[in-house]
Amino acid sequence: MADARDLGMTSAPLLDVRDLSLGFATDGRVLTAVAGISFSVAAGETYALLGESGCGKSAGALALMRLLPAAGRILGGAVRLEGRELLALPEAEMRGVRGSGMAMIFQEPATSLNPVLTVGRQIGEVLARHGGLAGQAARARAEKLLAAVGIADPARRLDEYPFQLSGGMKQRVMIAVALAGDPRLLIADEPTTALDVTIQAQILDLLQDLQVERDMGMLLITHDLGVVARMAHRVGVMYAGELVEEAPATAFFDAPRHPYTQALFAALPDLSRRGARLATIAGQVPALSAMPAGCRFAPRCPHAWARCRDESPGWSPAGDGQRVRCHLIEEEGRRRPTPASAAASAAAAAAAADVGPLLQVADLKVHFPIRRGVFQRTVGHVRAVDGVSLALAAGRTLALVGESGCGKTTVGKAILQLLAPTAGSVRMDGREIAGLSRRALRPLRRRMQMVFQDPFASLNPRLTVGEIIAEGMQALLGDAPRNAQETQAAVAALLAQVGLDAGAVDRYPHEFSGGQRQRIAIARALAVQPELLICDEPTSALDVSVQAQILNLLGELQSRLGLAYLFITHNFAVVEHLAHEVAVMYLGRIVERGTVEEVLRQPQHPYTRALLSAVPPPRPAAGGSIIRLPGETPSPAKPPAGCHFHPRCAFATAECRERYPDERALSATRVVRCHLYR
Amino acid sequence: MQPVLLWSDLFIWLLVAAGVVGAWWSARQPLLAAAWARVGRSRPGMAAATLLAAFALIGLLDSLHYRPQLPAQPGEKPAYAVEVLSALDALLTPLRTRVEKTYSAPLATRAYAKEMIELRQTDGTLVNQRDFPRLRHGGASLGDDEARAGADIAGRALSALAFAALVWLALCALAARRVAGRAALGFGAAWRKLWRGDTAFAWDAVLVALGLILAVAAVFVGLAVEYHVLGTDKVGQDVLYQVLKSVRTALVIGLVTTLVTLPLAIFLGIVAGYFRGWADDLIQYLYTVLNSIPGVLLIAAAVLMMQVVIDTHPQWFATAAERADLRLLALCFILGLTSWTGLARLLRGEALKLRELEYVQAAQAFGVSDLRILGRHLLPNLMHIVIIALVMDFSGLVLAEAVLSYVGIGVDPTMISFGTMINNARMELGREPVVWWSLLAAFAFMFVLVLAANLLADAVRDAFDPRMA
Repeated sequence: MADARDLGMTSAPLLDVRDLSLGFATDGRVLTAVAGISFSVAAGETYALLGESGCGKSAGALALMRLLPAAGRILGGAVRLEGRELLALPEAEMRGVRGSGMAMIFQEPATSLNPVLTVGRQIGEVLARHGGLAGQAARARAEKLLAAVGIADPARRLDEYPFQLSGGMKQRVMIAVALAGDPRLLIADEPTTALDVTIQAQILDLLQDLQVERDMGMLLITHDLGVVARMAHRVGVMYAGELVEEAPATAFFDAPRHPYTQALFAALPDLSRRGARLATIAGQVPALSAMPAGCRFAPRCPHAWARCRDESPGWSPAGDGQRVRCHLIEEEGRRRPTPASAAASAAAAAAAADVGPLLQVADLKVHFPIRRGVFQRTVGHVRAVDGVSLALAAGRTLALVGESGCGKTTVGKAILQLLAPTAGSVRMDGREIAGLSRRALRPLRRRMQMVFQDPFASLNPRLTVGEIIAEGMQALLGDAPRNAQETQAAVAALLAQVGLDAGAVDRYPHEFSGGQRQRIAIARALAVQPELLICDEPTSALDVSVQAQILNLLGELQSRLGLAYLFITHNFAVVEHLAHEVAVMYLGRIVERGTVEEVLRQPQHPYTRALLSAVPPPRPAAGGSIIRLPGETPSPAKPPAGCHFHPRCAFATAECRERYPDERALSATRVVRCHLYR
Repeated sequence: MQPVLLWSDLFIWLLVAAGVVGAWWSARQPLLAAAWARVGRSRPGMAAATLLAAFALIGLLDSLHYRPQLPAQPGEKPAYAVEVLSALDALLTPLRTRVEKTYSAPLATRAYAKEMIELRQTDGTLVNQRDFPRLRHGGASLGDDEARAGADIAGRALSALAFAALVWLALCALAARRVAGRAALGFGAAWRKLWRGDTAFAWDAVLVALGLILAVAAVFVGLAVEYHVLGTDKVGQDVLYQVLKSVRTALVIGLVTTLVTLPLAIFLGIVAGYFRGWADDLIQYLYTVLNSIPGVLLIAAAVLMMQVVIDTHPQWFATAAERADLRLLALCFILGLTSWTGLARLLRGEALKLRELEYVQAAQAFGVSDLRILGRHLLPNLMHIVIIALVMDFSGLVLAEAVLSYVGIGVDPTMISFGTMINNARMELGREPVVWWSLLAAFAFMFVLVLAANLLADAVRDAFDPRMA
């Protein structure tokens, strides 16, 4: 891998972008979204464009393909692919470049394939346009392509429709379509963001192999430092439409130089900063219409001084192929020491399990019937949750971890009784709540609340923030009639608690950013003073720096209010940072349970091990080989016989195929369900 | 004069009140106000709204009904005519009363068919001659000098146009002053800003539309005092008068029917989508059954039953106008009861989507009652669909009335509507020479009305579409 990186630096660039600027026309004005970015990608090199949402990285990639939406305008600059100027080409010739010169893979495999055409037709389209192939020749070539992207039984898959394929396979097909024109440059726009970690590992492997095999250049657009560390030879960091730092991958991860990059690394949750506050970046990315005059990061930069606000910094070399746009490089003395992160809040840890469990879930099952036919006969069940047992004490955090479709969200909703459990018991402070009537449940609702994943869907757009927060109070604390003023004071106090301005009361959710909306959602849940908060991936829709703010807030609230969190997530970094205990779910059942140290340091179940090794760490080549899981998670409607995991398990024995393993306690806190342990 | 409040008048004025309250309420809702401001920025939308406002004015004038007092001896108890008139009738008295014998072409001075007329020769003898008889009212002031008719018409039209131009310029100046006041500009700058289309409200489109309306109205008024601008029908009634009277019928059909449709569609649609289960099954079966009966058949059956009820109870109605009015309303209800299914289906689909959204689940986690979730979380987020459907349905219903009247199951035959006019035109098109003006006038007015409603619907849909906002 190391020689590939060197090779990238020496050969002539495949793609050369000079001063590319583009904007979007709104209301008769053109707002600049990307301001003069320059970079180059050599053949066989992976160049990663890293940045948070809204920084212009995707718009930049679309501009390279000249596929900007109708309002987009290219304002200037030059894009050369193998020495050919693309921005001046007539559209007819540009069509030839797309696909054979460069091809693109998009984020969402589910929507990038046409659902009414077979896989073969969609690959054939590209082959006909760029290779002039048709009929049997095209079919044979398409079959080869599918085999190259690692799809088993390609001849059969050619005649299937996208809905017959799983998410990972769709992304493989998308890659096959992109490769059909034999492109010199592959643009991958967040190619694995919508996929699970084990599938992500497969796709990243595939991309890496294909690149080496075909000596392609690859422009990888991502916000995930882990993916960058895994894939990139060189990295460019974008902020607010500008490239602020560019470096070879090793130098980048050894010594990031721009304050923004440094802040990004500091904001990553990590076991080493466990319990401590994460560094956050103050403020937000400036709006396109209100870009700061000087350095665009100056308003949020802890080191900024007068010069930063007046003068936009030029590129300064920082040695070893690294260059940075920051005045600090010239005036290193101005760098202020970053404030030491506060000590771990010992209080939260001390308040540990000396009391009885607040929440106790035993053998919880949620089955959804599959109905067919005229009379809606039940022909089977989707076993979304199939016998889950948990216990959670006040002031503690239990992380429920698993890939999408494993039933972790369903567990959360069944505990809250938003979904009726099929069987099992949910006890809150010793009181059974499963199967209670709505009326009997009402007083208990106050004690547990939920924070949802998507801050854009969890707030009613037609209500003001004040109304949203007051809703729970009115519904649940209605017995103590409050007057308008008391409610208003309570709402203001809640807003202050989650770090929002009291002026937010009369504003509508659309006026807030994602992180602020998540704060509002937390305030809404806190309004009824719950003891248990079920957090369903509350940070997965947020950028790294905003995620850090929300995690800090949740940690603070826990130590101050003694809340118990059931934290549903797929992000192990967040688990490491926040959780006390971890439960790993696979196909509706918990396969391993224990304290964070136990599970994350010494995973025992083969699935936990594979899952952990598949997470790309945000530092390059951090040792440890990746355990590659073959195939994908089976459907919970037809789980495999015996241990659900055996078809993908390297250690599976005859017993695994026949019988589901019982729970086995390895220590006081540790439970594993696997035949390997007995 | 004795004021009469017909049932349809009541509905119309209630609607006007609801509109005023709705406008006041949505002005206080920032999201709705922003959406309406986007409608205000749309040129075609505002031009269409101006046209609709003109139609609405005609319709509202026609909804102030009264019975005129009959001339009575002093000391006698005042007696009132059986005939119910409206404010519009009073304004159009000359048009209403100057009835010819039969067909006459637009702006004609003589009838459309030859008749035997007696001519007194210069020597005093009477001669029977077949000729086009002179009209009683059309071009009456010309006397025998009919050759002057062309010049007379041109002169009247030109002076009317000149008058319209003056009024229009005054209106433009008023608008420019308003713009100047708002933006704190000089008058000249505001004038240029207005015509560059640089204003937040599409003043230029409104003024152009107003200009066209003024020009047409002025020419019609200028000529109508002397001629039958759009000719006369079989019984010699002025076609312009009929067309203007038809506007109210079309508006009532379009608006009152949606008033019947909306509560049904909203309630059933949301309940089906939110509660699922047996409520959903029941409502779905209901509208699938309703939808699978051919619409015209269902309406025809209902209208015929209603007609029997009306005919067997003549004592219910004091005047013929009341009977016709009730029949119109009944038609609205029948149309409304059969046409809620489309909107209900749309709303059910949307409610199905919304109920899975996290803010609805958050409300459920708070134990908020279902009715409150429906009213607070679902309904406001469905309102854009309702508004769009409301405006779109309007034009469809106006056309439906024309079709139903043509089939003979529409409004009362004595009630003037676009449908009855088109129905009559069936015969007129079959005779030789063809009488074309009745159909053309009805067609042109209905076309403009429906086109304006559609254009406004487009603008409203664009403005309320959450993806555009």
